[in-house]
Amino acid sequence: MRKIAIYGKGGIGKSTTTQNTVAGLAESGKKVMVVGCDPKGDSTRLLLGGIAQRTVLDTLREEGEDVELDDVRKAGFAGILCTESGGPEPGVGCAGRGIITSINLLEQLGAYAEDVKLDYVFYDVLGDVVCGGFAMPIREGKAKEIYIVVSGEMMAMYAANNICKGIVKFAEAGGVRLGGLICNSRQVDNEKEMILAFADALGTQMIHFLPRDNMVQKAEINRKTVIEFDKEHPQAEEYRILAKKIDENKMMVIPKILPMDDLEKLLIEYGIAS
Amino acid sequence: MLLKHTTDEIKERNALSVNPAKTCQPIGAMYAALGIHGCLPHSHGSQGCYAYHRSALTRHYKEPVIAATSAFTEGASVFGGQANLLQSIDNIFTVYNPAVIAVHTTCLSETIGDDLPQIINKARTEGKIPEGKYVIHTNTPSYVGSHVTGFSNMTRAMVDYFSEYNGSKNKIVNLIPGFVEPSDMEEMKRLAAAMGIKTIMFPDTSKVLNGPMTGKYKMFPDGGVTIEELKMTGSSIGTIALGPFASGAAAKALDVKCKVRCEILDLPIGLHATDAFIDQLRCMANVNVPDSINFERGQMLDIIADMHQYFYGKRVGLVGDPDQILALAKFLVSIDMQPVYMVTGTPAGKKFEQDLREITAEVPGEVKIKVPGDMFLFHQWIKNEPVDLLIGNTYVKYIARDEDIPFIRHGFPILDRVGHSYFPTVGYRGGMRLLEKILNALLDRKDRDATDIEFELVM
Repeated sequence: MRKIAIYGKGGIGKSTTTQNTVAGLAESGKKVMVVGCDPKGDSTRLLLGGIAQRTVLDTLREEGEDVELDDVRKAGFAGILCTESGGPEPGVGCAGRGIITSINLLEQLGAYAEDVKLDYVFYDVLGDVVCGGFAMPIREGKAKEIYIVVSGEMMAMYAANNICKGIVKFAEAGGVRLGGLICNSRQVDNEKEMILAFADALGTQMIHFLPRDNMVQKAEINRKTVIEFDKEHPQAEEYRILAKKIDENKMMVIPKILPMDDLEKLLIEYGIAS
Repeated sequence: MLLKHTTDEIKERNALSVNPAKTCQPIGAMYAALGIHGCLPHSHGSQGCYAYHRSALTRHYKEPVIAATSAFTEGASVFGGQANLLQSIDNIFTVYNPAVIAVHTTCLSETIGDDLPQIINKARTEGKIPEGKYVIHTNTPSYVGSHVTGFSNMTRAMVDYFSEYNGSKNKIVNLIPGFVEPSDMEEMKRLAAAMGIKTIMFPDTSKVLNGPMTGKYKMFPDGGVTIEELKMTGSSIGTIALGPFASGAAAKALDVKCKVRCEILDLPIGLHATDAFIDQLRCMANVNVPDSINFERGQMLDIIADMHQYFYGKRVGLVGDPDQILALAKFLVSIDMQPVYMVTGTPAGKKFEQDLREITAEVPGEVKIKVPGDMFLFHQWIKNEPVDLLIGNTYVKYIARDEDIPFIRHGFPILDRVGHSYFPTVGYRGGMRLLEKILNALLDRKDRDATDIEFELVM
């Protein structure tokens, strides 16, 4: 079983990319579970056709410790198992602690057990690694592989660099590695070249360049992944390619963190200068 | 020989504290809250915190210590403690009906960032706080400061929530006693009363944590400052805050809020500190010092003069809270004793250490001070060069036993003796008691060590 965590700046398209890619993996016959680690609980919406599911923490709150796996795990598109951690409302409580509690509970309940015969577990994590809770999916050898969703925008790259700091910290103790950057295009000038150079500087790869296509948006409004909504569409093929690349990926590295100056230089060289 | 593994080799330590000379913020906050009449302290956190804080106070005062808790679970840690606190407030007023609930936070609720004013406000809008009842709060994360900080924070909260200026000054003097025993608070009030001064003491745990056995349990004992009195503190002529660390913040807050001028003094431990306290009372209330107080002062002076030979040159090690250490060090120096080792766990700052250095400038030899320090280091110093007397809380007894050094219990906590809640160590009478204790410890030891020839009948 491969355990993969997806990180990236808020709003970069982690959940969309994760669900579409997972749909591609499931389509090719893989057994996949998605663990949404976002307090908003919207990481599996496209796979389940809406936010119909009770989150792990809501269930815990309402029913106490006596939670059944079926209460919090639902099968979605192509048999993909979906769970959502959930968490507090904005501005109260501790979302980080929520993720820790939720993942521990899923483990206790046997969500990762041998007999489930999972090929993949995907953790879709909110934004940056701001505290210990958000690092939970990569702590103690839980997820071994990380993919960072990024675009050619300054702040997205800055966040990616920051996330790499978190990976380095846990790489030595927990064995987590960076599998690559997924460029979710924002149609920034020279975007592909810039992310290629950025990946190179981090010592990793740009595993795939996802072009921008309105079809993603359209499928999302219909609460579906592109693969489910219009499987013939070229964008669906892009996600299949990404899924295949991840499936075949052997390049796992401990990233090198870029000093701020180098990051800015990269932007000037590829972005503004051209 | 429990601490036999303590070595005399002192190594630089940065990250490790062994036998710290302090405890949690909420213990201080809880103690201060008990000094309000009809108050139920409330710990906003998990049950373990509250159980420990209550038992720590109970063990020291040998009295039942009441408190309530938000009883955090995993769910409350994630979703925030609002639901728990709202339910608590509702339950407490329904079941126990206190005049006021004094909420303090814990490390957990502090770290997840629970917003107490917002929650208390919600409780009020939802009608969970009955008319004429109050809920006050303070923030007490234990990873900041110590129990002294917690006491200071809760005392300050009393000012923030209650003190108000009613339009005209009255002739009352506010007394903020510091983190001292109920007996000490009683003694401070007695001295002021003997001078004919009306005072409001806050917090005031006398008659709360040193009450009598009557055969009848009273959840809210007779003592404590009332809400009415706390409101009046804003119209007093002045505030005397005893102990800058425990009482300074509240006194300054009252000055800012209601323009009540404040004088922040040392704890009145010893002759000079008590003189300063009495003198400040005299000035503030514009009264004369009665003969009865001069008489007590003379008695204390008499003991010092009569027994000076036994005090002279004795090396003393002190462990305790900053306000106590400062006052004790001054007192000891004034009777020609030598406070050579001093440790507090409270992060009291460079200025505090500087003050101790100045106080002990005339003490011969090296004076070792560590702020914040721990008892392990204190013990190591003693192993390198012993002292004649130890003064500190109960935890020092291990060192005293290990090194066979006379020991006086003073400060918080005292878990293995009684007396502290009934007999003061502040004021002239308290000073006499302290002198008696010092002499007993030193002279008992002298008798014990004396050969048959040296063994004296008259000392």
